[in-house]
Amino acid sequence: MRAETLARLQAERAAKRPVALLTRLSDGAQHLFPADQVPGPLAEAALAALDADAAGNLNLEGEAWFIHPYNPPLRLLVIGAAHITQALAPMAPALGFAVTVIDPRRAFATEERLPGVTLIDAWPDDAMAELAPDTRTAVVTLTHDPKLDDPALDIALRSGAFYIGALGSRRTHAKRVARLTELGHGAEAIARIHAPVGLDIRAVTAAEIALSIMAEIVACRRGASLGAVRAQPAMAAKVSA
Amino acid sequence: MTEDILAIAGAWRDAGEQVAIATVVETWGSSPRPAGSQLAVTMSGKLAGSVSGGCIEGAVADAAKGAMNSGAPALLDFGISDERAWEVGLSCGGKLKVFVEPLA
Repeated sequence: MRAETLARLQAERAAKRPVALLTRLSDGAQHLFPADQVPGPLAEAALAALDADAAGNLNLEGEAWFIHPYNPPLRLLVIGAAHITQALAPMAPALGFAVTVIDPRRAFATEERLPGVTLIDAWPDDAMAELAPDTRTAVVTLTHDPKLDDPALDIALRSGAFYIGALGSRRTHAKRVARLTELGHGAEAIARIHAPVGLDIRAVTAAEIALSIMAEIVACRRGASLGAVRAQPAMAAKVSA
Repeated sequence: MTEDILAIAGAWRDAGEQVAIATVVETWGSSPRPAGSQLAVTMSGKLAGSVSGGCIEGAVADAAKGAMNSGAPALLDFGISDERAWEVGLSCGGKLKVFVEPLA
């Protein structure tokens, strides 16, 4: 690898842009995708590898190519430094997620309660706009307080976040759906929200709820049917009636 | 979070070391590390990362030194069908290909 190629690759990664390194195995010739112009089949293979987050091989005109995707890190943005957050924060990094906790209530968002976690004590709408959730981001609201949860959900629904979860009972969620509808979100967009949050494993303790949330996030990321978007048109209709 | 082998390789090169990067490019069967796993090697003998459970690192490091000397990359095959690989002990029964390239 040329030092210049390594520098370009590392710069793309530092800027948190998805990038794929394409290597011709016969002679080590390399391209970066999408920065460099590459033949169509290579570009398609690069996109597929980035999408699957898995390295791949391609035979192009008798030459073997290695397709190595470098995706930005997975992120978990948690709104609310709650009890469940304390259980969630140590679990997520082991599953490959960098955790950021947003809570303007400084009594909650403390290093003591969440050691080693990135804490942001700004209002969720400001913090979320700054963090700009992308397709490698999961967003979970855990405050129980619409003043904090709703602005975060508002921004999450306008983003490409691959997972959006909101703590609260079905009843709480029905009211939330009504408020988000007033903010201009359609039923289809609101159906992206997983609520009640987490897989139904009959979780009781904070750690069990955290486990159910992480399991649902993994299911979504891996495309398991368990993590499929929940359509809740009936509930939305009931609230708006 | 896993360590960034490319960053380590770059830092070693910046410090004046001769460096090669080995990358698993294809696996079959029960190979311990997936495609994309990397090992950085210096001529002075430093190692970072891994391309297997430890069974072929020595052979890969030798090939990496060869690549640093020649300046040319190499594609290495390891597997139970390969007698040399059996010698270096790919006991998991897997097969893999490793691409070794000097960082120039």
